[in-house]
Amino acid sequence: MTIDWQYFVEVLPHYKTALWLTVKLAAIGILFAIVVGMICSVIQYFKVKVLNQIVQVYLEVARNTPLLIQLFFLYYGLPKIGITLSGELCGIIGLTFLGGSYMAEVFRAGMEAVSKSQIETGKAIGLSNLQLMRYVIIPQAFSYSVPGFGANCIFLIKETSVFSGIAILELTNTTKNLMGIYYKTNEALLMLVIGYLIILLPLTLFLTWLERRVRHAEFGN
Amino acid sequence: MAEQVPILQVKGLVKKYGDKVVLNGVDLQVEKGKVIAILGPSGCGKSTFLRCLNGLEEVQGGDILLENKSLISKTTKWRDVRQKIGMVFQSYDLFPNLTVMENILLSPLKVQKRQREEVEAQAKELLARVGLADRANDYPRQLSGGQKQRIAIVRALCINPDIMLFDEVTASLDPEMVREVLDVIAQLADQGMTMLIVTHEMNFAKLVADEVIFMDKGSIHEKAPAQQFFSNPQTERAQQFLNILQF
Repeated sequence: MTIDWQYFVEVLPHYKTALWLTVKLAAIGILFAIVVGMICSVIQYFKVKVLNQIVQVYLEVARNTPLLIQLFFLYYGLPKIGITLSGELCGIIGLTFLGGSYMAEVFRAGMEAVSKSQIETGKAIGLSNLQLMRYVIIPQAFSYSVPGFGANCIFLIKETSVFSGIAILELTNTTKNLMGIYYKTNEALLMLVIGYLIILLPLTLFLTWLERRVRHAEFGN
Repeated sequence: MAEQVPILQVKGLVKKYGDKVVLNGVDLQVEKGKVIAILGPSGCGKSTFLRCLNGLEEVQGGDILLENKSLISKTTKWRDVRQKIGMVFQSYDLFPNLTVMENILLSPLKVQKRQREEVEAQAKELLARVGLADRANDYPRQLSGGQKQRIAIVRALCINPDIMLFDEVTASLDPEMVREVLDVIAQLADQGMTMLIVTHEMNFAKLVADEVIFMDKGSIHEKAPAQQFFSNPQTERAQQFLNILQF
């Protein structure tokens, strides 16, 4: 197998652009997913009437359909009823839709892991529900949620590769295009792998560190 | 001197879980400064009884009066009541994400909106009284069970309650640590704190309690001054209970 090193240099700008776009879309999507996840998890935790059922339906739909199909719906389906969104916007909405459900589950599990006696103690010293949330439940739920949260972030970043299905020029789609034009498959795929590692390795290391930090703060080990 | 109104009155309190009756018409009068020990076998409803007094359980019948005002009403603000009736649990439950001092200050600062300097001074004094003045900046995980429980008591006291409820506060502690916690409660008794104590420590009950209540199957079987209850229990069930505890 021969590798054309010159080729790397030639296509580097394309990968740079693609990498930046991948990071940007993933970051925005994850950010919104966190917001959606928080809202849904609080609704579920307090079993808010009506909203709870709506959230339940959302979670089931979002988690039981592939992201690609969700994107097809947004990108090809919506224009038929007169709503045309740009590819990137579809990508962000899709990632938020999917990610929100995963984040909701992780956050809810974190809140439910806070023991009943902690909550009763909080009540017994006179805290309001809001104060209970702020000082007792959320700080502890956070540390329970960190491992699942990290796994979700990594999962969602990798899911951006599905964006290639709706013509967004992120890493995977860029690679496919370059392969189609130059037939330098080995080089292109190697660049692709390196591209994802550049994003994910530092993040994984950071999350491992964070997990250990939080565990130490909470349980001292 | 005029007859003093009891600080806490319980009248015919009924608590059910579905069809299961846990408290079957409990009556009790607590005068200010009195220490009442609540004894009885597991599952007799003594913990549930305390939890009702603090609004942690909904009741299905009867009445609870704090300073002659009924607490069984839709308009009862339990958050306010809980500042008058403090409670400490078996599992102590310090908040692990906060230091000892932060645990203690949380309610006085956020709920009662008191001045930080004043509360901190009180907290320090209380910590010194339970022998833990040097642990203010530690996290709960750095403390032993007995220390955590003493902090939990300080946290409840710092809210300045009129009544303290203790729900088997030594049940999950090593024997050596039981002592340090009981000493703190005995100290409170000496200072005239009104207390209801659910406990399995008979000698302790004999020593600090003014009155003993013996519960079984959701109702009070016997109510007597502590000395009399232990030396001369009237009901057969109470005799049985005390005999089992004596080796």
